[in-house]
Amino acid sequence: MIPAPFDYHRPRSIDEAIGLLAAHGEAARVVAGGHSLIPMMKLRLARPDHLVDLQDLQELRGVREEAGVLAIGALVTQQELIADPLLAAKCPIIAETSRQIADPQVRALGTLGGNVANGDPGNDMPAVMMALDARYRVRGPGGEREIRAREFYQGPFATALAANEILTAVRIPSPPPGHGHAYEKQKRKVGDYATAAAAIILTVAQGKCTAAAVGLTNVAGTPLFAAAAGQALVGTALDGTAIVAAVRQATAIAQPAADGRGPADFRTHVLGVMVERAIRRARERAA
Amino acid sequence: MSKIHLKMTVNGRAVEALADPRLLLIHFLREELGLTGPHIGCDTSHCGACTVDLNGKSVKSCTMFAAQANGAQILTIEGLADPGGALHPLQEAFREHHGLQCGFCTPGMITRAYRLLQENPNPSEAEIRIGISGNLCRCTGYQNIAKAIHAAAERMNAAKEAAE
Repeated sequence: MIPAPFDYHRPRSIDEAIGLLAAHGEAARVVAGGHSLIPMMKLRLARPDHLVDLQDLQELRGVREEAGVLAIGALVTQQELIADPLLAAKCPIIAETSRQIADPQVRALGTLGGNVANGDPGNDMPAVMMALDARYRVRGPGGEREIRAREFYQGPFATALAANEILTAVRIPSPPPGHGHAYEKQKRKVGDYATAAAAIILTVAQGKCTAAAVGLTNVAGTPLFAAAAGQALVGTALDGTAIVAAVRQATAIAQPAADGRGPADFRTHVLGVMVERAIRRARERAA
Repeated sequence: MSKIHLKMTVNGRAVEALADPRLLLIHFLREELGLTGPHIGCDTSHCGACTVDLNGKSVKSCTMFAAQANGAQILTIEGLADPGGALHPLQEAFREHHGLQCGFCTPGMITRAYRLLQENPNPSEAEIRIGISGNLCRCTGYQNIAKAIHAAAERMNAAKEAAE
């Protein structure tokens, strides 16, 4: 499969990249790992006239902690996320999720920025970022702004990112030490998108849940932040009754498509199982 | 659409070419350089038959433009054997342990296994299977492929010890 023709650009700075987007508007697309965009270009579902390759932008690499915020450059690959010692210590749900994305070759190139920015409801990181209440830092001709992950997704492949903006970093408020976490994903095979998946971050003190946030993958046109499911857990001992209530809240907002992964009812059922497993695992892990 | 001036190192050899931006790396390797070891299987980044080593990472060359690989160091199956003709221990082990049947997935499988053993010289059976999970064998010969990779790891580790 041969993509439609385009002009290729490899800018040396973010400003140069933004200049290219400003000059070419909707006809330009940025590419990082390319594992969402290039398949779409090969199918000619995407036909940019200008491809802006971000690989030389060193400012978009690296993982840092700045004043209680974990800042992950947009070009950090899934493979790098899995190996990162700071994230392993402070926010292990990220590596747990990366390991469940695609396969080793795809993880070698696929980036966090691409995974969260392209708005594919099948991507795994957006629900995790919603649970973590991450902010996406974006830069455009007018300067920088931050968008909450929970407010970023508008529809399939539609996001709050403007055509002339680049997502430069994902900024996560460091979850408290001892927090419980889990990303539970049901998929048919390696490399598949989720039939349904659930991300959870929670804290427990004296046997009671003090905070909980739940994100859901691939059960609607966008990733979902299941606020009511999290609320159903707060103040409880995360016992069976609380889990049933949270599962009910999560599945109530799911609207999965009927596709090769199963009929909608089945996928909603699987989502409930994923939410339950995620809560149980996060509870075990909470200190 | 202006062409891109490509310069990269492929199997230790410096190569230069003018290419259309939309030229995929797999087509550049196969059609411009005549390196037909990496195969086009699914053409959708699932099967791994097109796997090559790029700057020390296993990548699927059907899902990358040659322009993105500009300046890179690339290794394909053709660059694995000793220039004198001696097979790489992975190639030897695949032959010995019947790690191939039709052979279509083999170049990608071995190139991926090469990087896996650089990253993890002593993989367990489970780590081998996870490590090659991006490479499909439609003959489903995974049993012997895993065996061959394990045997190659042992041989390479023994050779390394002997050299020390």
